[in-house]
Amino acid sequence: MGISVDKEKCTGCGNCVSTCLFGLIDIVDEKARIKEAGCTLCGACRDACAFEAIRIEKEIAEVLVGDEHRGVWVFTEQRNGEIKNVSYELLSKGRELADTLKTELCAVCLGYNIKDIGQLTAYGADKIYLVDDPSFANQSEDPYVTELVRLIKQHKPEIVLAGATPFGRSFFPRVAAILKTGLTADCTGLDIDTEKRLLRQTRPTFGGNVMATIICPAKRPQMSTVRPRVFKKNQPDPARKSQLIKVDFNKESISSKTRLLNFVADLTEKVKLEDADIIVAGGRGLGKPENFQLIRDLASALGAAVGSSRPPVDEGWIPYSHQVGQTGKTVCPKLYIAVGISGAVQHLAGMQTADCIIAINDDPNAPIFQVANYGIVGDLFKVVPLLTEKLKTV
Amino acid sequence: MNIIVCLKQVPGTTEVKIDPTSNTLVRQGIKSVVNPLDSYALEEGVRLKEHYGGKVIAITMGPPQATEILRDAISTGADDTILLSDIAFAGSDTLATSTTLAKAIEKINKYDLVICGRQTLDGDTGQVGPELAEMLGLPFIAYVSKIETIADGKIKVQRMVEDGYETIEAALPAVITVVKEINVPRLPSLRGLTRAKSAQIPTWTAQEIGTEKGTVGQAGSATWVVKVFYPQRVQTAEMLKGDPEAQVETLIEKLKEAKII
Ligand SMILES: Cc1cc2nc3c(=O)[nH]c(=O)nc-3n(C[C@H](O)[C@H](O)[C@H](O)COP(=O)(O)OP(=O)(O)OC[C@H]3O[C@@H](n4cnc5c(N)ncnc54)[C@H](O)[C@@H]3O)c2cc1C
Ligand SMILES: Nc1ncnc2c1ncn2[C@@H]1O[C@H](COP(=O)(O)O)[C@@H](O)[C@H]1O
Repeated sequence: MGISVDKEKCTGCGNCVSTCLFGLIDIVDEKARIKEAGCTLCGACRDACAFEAIRIEKEIAEVLVGDEHRGVWVFTEQRNGEIKNVSYELLSKGRELADTLKTELCAVCLGYNIKDIGQLTAYGADKIYLVDDPSFANQSEDPYVTELVRLIKQHKPEIVLAGATPFGRSFFPRVAAILKTGLTADCTGLDIDTEKRLLRQTRPTFGGNVMATIICPAKRPQMSTVRPRVFKKNQPDPARKSQLIKVDFNKESISSKTRLLNFVADLTEKVKLEDADIIVAGGRGLGKPENFQLIRDLASALGAAVGSSRPPVDEGWIPYSHQVGQTGKTVCPKLYIAVGISGAVQHLAGMQTADCIIAINDDPNAPIFQVANYGIVGDLFKVVPLLTEKLKTV
Repeated sequence: MNIIVCLKQVPGTTEVKIDPTSNTLVRQGIKSVVNPLDSYALEEGVRLKEHYGGKVIAITMGPPQATEILRDAISTGADDTILLSDIAFAGSDTLATSTTLAKAIEKINKYDLVICGRQTLDGDTGQVGPELAEMLGLPFIAYVSKIETIADGKIKVQRMVEDGYETIEAALPAVITVVKEINVPRLPSLRGLTRAKSAQIPTWTAQEIGTEKGTVGQAGSATWVVKVFYPQRVQTAEMLKGDPEAQVETLIEKLKEAKII
């Protein structure tokens, strides 16, 4: 196992040195030297070497023989019985994966008084495993972990997906740990290596600076959490048929190691940024808190929600619930207007899949123009009030 | 109260940058720092110790250089530190990492609480905390923003959820992950700095924590990175010309065309 440099082939060019995300490569006596401790065997250096001098050998502790796991599963997340949008997005993507694999798509729905089960079929499910029970009335994770593990062990799906929501990112790793399988967090791309029947999972790392494609070759199921709003929902088809399986649910098997004592709703968050069709977002370019009024005015002229980059949130100009980006919300509106936002990767990570992006910035080289559809180079204090005025008369 | 805090060494934030012209990674030096969110985990551990007594043990799995962040941990209040370092741990994914940390924590044996950061800057998965809890078979609470009380073998916390916050109780020992709203980490103390300089930092290897072959490092990892690439970006925006008046006119036309307004 491990990584090695073929001294014969290595020319000491140093191309690999700067590709190492961890700074583990240096050139000694005109040959690359890799410090193995700390190496994640990601292969960035190998791919950068023009002389094919870097070799990575991986060891499979266990080989998949006669694997019987089949089917793509989507864990459908709900809150107070309302199924989340991300579940429909995952079913839409899951449909595509299942078709490629020529297998079935199943929705696993755990909750209490769940509404609109039929929608799961309309978005592509062939089968629905349903547990509707007061044990799942709140988001205490333990019952979800136990029941999902049991269902996976019983039915052996090859792929299981969940939303990379706060709930998904907290309970899904526990399921993976019990099953001793791999889990790829926060994916933004999924496709199938048809030859090997493997799920190729792509995700941003290093704050969105680097993308990595990850596989899970020897363990099943293959599991990923997927960011909300990265996959588009299909057009629902109300004529689709599916098989509804009411799971024979054993209350005894469910116990919880934690106890929910109280829940206090955050009422400050009136806008549902994730669901808005139009978002007007302001950044550091606004200069001071009062100037956020320009953003609010433009937003109300458009009937839009208000977003923000991180600096205004850090400065306390606007609450955190408005932050868009890697450490804020992922949004995918029809229209995103970025005002005085430079377009750092961490911000782009949260909004670059919007249908139409408009950037208003006085720096023509701002990276935001690399993802925008329309750019206005100009002073926001002139452009924005004008735009607001004009829109009022449209 | 014995509190174990899991820290990870990550490349300093400012150092990982992509050169837009060559589209490759630019690193200035190889200075590494403690994962920023983990300093909140450490601070919370130290505050609990100051309030309830006991000690704070900071552990990290990483290369030998990771002792640096353990020294920093001593300077801000950790009592004991352990470095988990072995060539056998190289190439670990979250499954292998949590297996390794769990083995070490089982070896420490006497503890009441394990605190992790919510997620790391580099790996950025947030999976190690919950996976570790499962490996240890302990109660788990994510996104803790306040520890209310610890009494009668129970911990009561507030944690952030999507639409508000919850108050949750669990029996100790337990594993929690913390968010940055929980506290403001302190600066190193003079006494701490002196202690850090001379402290002996024990290193535990795979053999010492008794990991089974094929469960740690690359061999114990279920996931493999098969490709690493940099997102390609070129300017795509259609730049609207003229004075602000004209720009705004054109924009409104475009939005009408696209049937957005
Ligand atoms: C781990 C990590 C996570 C992060 N997560 C996020 C996140 O979730 N979301 C996020 O947004 N950021 C995040 N960041 C921060 C990110 O790196 C940037 O610092 C941030 O996005 C910059 O915000 P900005 O564009 O508003 O400010 P700046 O980069 O300062 O840009 C301000 C822009 O305004 C323009 N401007 C100034 N005056 C005017 C004017 N009068 N008219 C027109 N234009 C003007 C300037 O030309 C400039 O382009 C994160 C960083 C890290 C390290
Ligand atoms: N190598 C490691 N050594 C110690 N703790 C770690 C390590 N990797 C992750 N952790 C802990 O797990 C948390 C989540 O990490 P991650 O899953 O990588 O985002 C971190 O904030 C740390 O508290």
